[in-house]
Amino acid sequence: MVPLSWYLIFAAALFSIGLYGVLSRKNAVAILMGVELMLNAVNVNLLAFWRYLTFDKMAGQVFAVIVFAVAASEVAVGLALVISVYRRRQSIVADEINLLKY
Amino acid sequence: MSPIQIIFILVSAITLGSALMVVTTRNMVRAALWLVLSLFGIAIHFVLLEVGFFAVAQVIIYIGAIAILMIFAIMLTRRIAQDPGPQTNSTWPIAAILALGIFGLIVFLVQGWEKAAIQPSPFPAGYDPLRELGVALVSANQYLIPFEIASILLLAALIGAIIIAWDKK
Amino acid sequence: MTTETLIWLIPLPPLLAFFLIVLFTNRYRGLSHTIAIAAAFLSWLGSMIVFIRALQVHELGKHPFQSSIPWLPLGEGWFSIGVLIDPLGAATLFFVAWTILMIFIYSVGYHNYGQPEGDHDRKGLPPHGATVMDEHGHKHKVPSIEPMYSRFFAFIGLFAFGMYLLVVSDNLLTLFVGWEIMGLCSYLLIGFWYGKPSARAAMIKAFITTRVGDVFMLLGIAYLYSQTGTLNYRAILYNPEVLETLANTPSYIAGLSAAALIGILLFIGTVGKSAQFPLHVWLPDAMEGPTPVSAMIHAATMVSAGVYMVIRIFPLLSAGSGHGALTAPMIVMTVIGAGTALFAATIAVAQNDIKRVLAYSTISQLGYMVAALGIGAYIAAAFHLITHAFFKALLFLGSGSVIHGMEHGVLHTDDHVDPQDMMNMGGLRKKMPVTFWTFLIGGFALSGFPLVTAGFWSKDEILADAFGHAHYGVFITLALAALLTAFYTMRQITLTFLGEPRSKAAEHAQETPWTMTVPLIILAVFAVSAGWVGIPEHFPVIGGIVPNWFHEFVGETLLEKPKGVEFNPIPLLTSIIVALGGLYVGWLVYRNHKAGETDPLEGALGAFYPVLKNKYYFDELYQLIFIRPSVWISEVFTYLWIDRKLIDGILHVIADVSIKIGAFLRNFIDKPVVNGSGDMVANVTKSTGHSLRVIQTGRIQQYMVMALFGFIALSGLFYLIIQRMGIQ
Repeated sequence: MVPLSWYLIFAAALFSIGLYGVLSRKNAVAILMGVELMLNAVNVNLLAFWRYLTFDKMAGQVFAVIVFAVAASEVAVGLALVISVYRRRQSIVADEINLLKY
Repeated sequence: MSPIQIIFILVSAITLGSALMVVTTRNMVRAALWLVLSLFGIAIHFVLLEVGFFAVAQVIIYIGAIAILMIFAIMLTRRIAQDPGPQTNSTWPIAAILALGIFGLIVFLVQGWEKAAIQPSPFPAGYDPLRELGVALVSANQYLIPFEIASILLLAALIGAIIIAWDKK
Repeated sequence: MTTETLIWLIPLPPLLAFFLIVLFTNRYRGLSHTIAIAAAFLSWLGSMIVFIRALQVHELGKHPFQSSIPWLPLGEGWFSIGVLIDPLGAATLFFVAWTILMIFIYSVGYHNYGQPEGDHDRKGLPPHGATVMDEHGHKHKVPSIEPMYSRFFAFIGLFAFGMYLLVVSDNLLTLFVGWEIMGLCSYLLIGFWYGKPSARAAMIKAFITTRVGDVFMLLGIAYLYSQTGTLNYRAILYNPEVLETLANTPSYIAGLSAAALIGILLFIGTVGKSAQFPLHVWLPDAMEGPTPVSAMIHAATMVSAGVYMVIRIFPLLSAGSGHGALTAPMIVMTVIGAGTALFAATIAVAQNDIKRVLAYSTISQLGYMVAALGIGAYIAAAFHLITHAFFKALLFLGSGSVIHGMEHGVLHTDDHVDPQDMMNMGGLRKKMPVTFWTFLIGGFALSGFPLVTAGFWSKDEILADAFGHAHYGVFITLALAALLTAFYTMRQITLTFLGEPRSKAAEHAQETPWTMTVPLIILAVFAVSAGWVGIPEHFPVIGGIVPNWFHEFVGETLLEKPKGVEFNPIPLLTSIIVALGGLYVGWLVYRNHKAGETDPLEGALGAFYPVLKNKYYFDELYQLIFIRPSVWISEVFTYLWIDRKLIDGILHVIADVSIKIGAFLRNFIDKPVVNGSGDMVANVTKSTGHSLRVIQTGRIQQYMVMALFGFIALSGLFYLIIQRMGIQ
């Protein structure tokens, strides 16, 4: 079977790729995609730990379920925001949305 | 190398590769399609972890709902989606360094952990994790309340999304 | 109702009237005078009942009506206030009640009730008259109603309250309270027409002058209280032990006993109140007030109060005299009284103002009483007080009636002469018969016209006492004063009523309304009959027909009833001669006086006439001695030197030093240290914020980068800490 460390390293790689996407992409939808990748990495981690260390307890799986719910919510609200911003400013470039600049 | 390990490596490579394409490709529609592929890879990983339920949920929720929603959003902001210019901002090198730094840090920590190499023990006879999960989510002395709060969160997000996206004109 | 309760109630109606008028009925003239007269009538009724009941008590002097209540808690007990009616109080109450009621009624007519409002009358000035149209369309000027009609009745109500309070009081403190209430009211009433500068000056003069006396009186009261612990009359004056102790206690002033010093101090109060020399100057000026006020002040109330007080404290004044010898206060009183009697009479001779003559006459008569008391003629003094109150009130009200009639003439003819100057009068006998006859009775009473009038009996008694006790100096002085009194009285009557009119106004003078003449008639009855109660028993022919009731009655007030003097024809003849002689000379000199002629006295007296005319220059003297130095001290010494130079200088130095210290603190402490540190904090905050604000880019991804750096840094820190502490 696969050692636990393989899953951890895979999840870390996926998380880092998602993080890079979040920090570097201009498009707001692309940023949301990065967030999805990061959340998936977290889910992989949660389920791997559950399977390898504590499969007799349900905490890992339950947290994974809740991450699913949070991801769904986040995407729904996030995309709604993107649509709303686009409608007002005709733009969804994150750098241009800087109303809070000093 | 066992066949499982080979499968793991192959799936991981496809997943990470498509994830890289998600964060680098210029065309947003393609990025969304690469995202679908990447999410499929993760579903396979869930199968490897013997949590078939999550694999199915991954396909239904992420691919069937979230990815499609993203494609809708991309379509609605079409003009931007076809922007031919660079799709990364000016600070992307710092982002890359940070991402690599965190990856390195995690790898470093995993390397120094004594349990990193353990193997999974098989489930006892008659143990059904999905059944246990179902019981746990509806038992008042286990995870009923977080489960219900999650449902309220979803409801709130639903209403919030409608209100935010409402065209007030 | 018991008599005591009734006595308590006597002073209250006028006070109530005062408050009612001031607070509620000030706008309604008829209502105001109705309230005031009703109050005066109630008090009069109460007084008469008390008086009649007092007559029925056997030996009232030993069993007077009295009651008292504790009033003011003191360290060692209570100060009590109370009422007391003994024979002296009853007699005083009788004449006070009558005169006050008469004056109240008289005021209605005097202030022209029922007449129209004046054309341009203003508050604070006497009414100037109103123009009315008769049925033929002719315009007439008639007297107009007093603009502050209600106010006058309020004031005299308060005045009456003060007098009643003083009379029924059983102690010196309540007496002093009433005394001061009257002082206040006299101030207000003399200055009733406050629009006139002369009235304003007169009111202040009266107040300040009487205040001088009152201060000494208060000192005397305080000294008496410190010596005896009480101010009750009965406890002091009818207690031989207390009087003995007081007479034997040496006082602060060498040579005087405590009793003598207290007596003199209290007597100084009387000097002020009863206008004796040298504090007499306020009384003639008090004529600035309306005439009923003059009568109130001069006859019924204030000046009588002064004499009443010394009569009341006579046992204290005479304490330690043994028999016959005069004590120090009595000597002082005799000298001042007799001196004042003569001195004021001489001034009265040269005055032309009808009220001013009476004012000096009052001073003179009060001097008579004081002198009588000084020589120990207690009953004679009280007797003269009462008769004088009646006939002097009559004379003042009569003079007011004359002035009123003259004012009518002035308005009618538009002949602007002074309606108070006797030189402008003459022949009023036919125009104003009631006034003439009553004034004649009052004048004869004042002169002491033999046998008929009250003044004769009381004055004769004083002269008889002086002669009988061998005070011949006093006797001669008073006899001379009596001669002058008869002379100036006849001069006044002749100039006013007899002969031919000396001005057009006098030709058109008119009799006054019944509200004024009725009081005159009533007072005239008393001016005659009040003397009959005191005819000496040993008087030839008529003596004994009417018992000498007054002597019996009032004499009981004292512990030791004074004996009547033996009859002696010399004082009797003297008083008849001076009265008749004075009257005759007065008539003789002035019967043919013509308008514009100089006063015959001017020729006769030569250089002395202006001295009399100007009242011995007392006003000028006081101006020089008291007022100028006071003004100089206040304007030059106090204001210019002390206030402006010394005190202001000190203040300026303090202010300058303060400013210097303040400038130092500001320039060397406040600005560099306090402001500097404050500014520094602000500047540092500002520059820090300015340099830090560049990280606030508004770009969410940069924020995330920063957050991640922070996260990594903190993670490394925690990792190191965990490693170092060995926690797994």
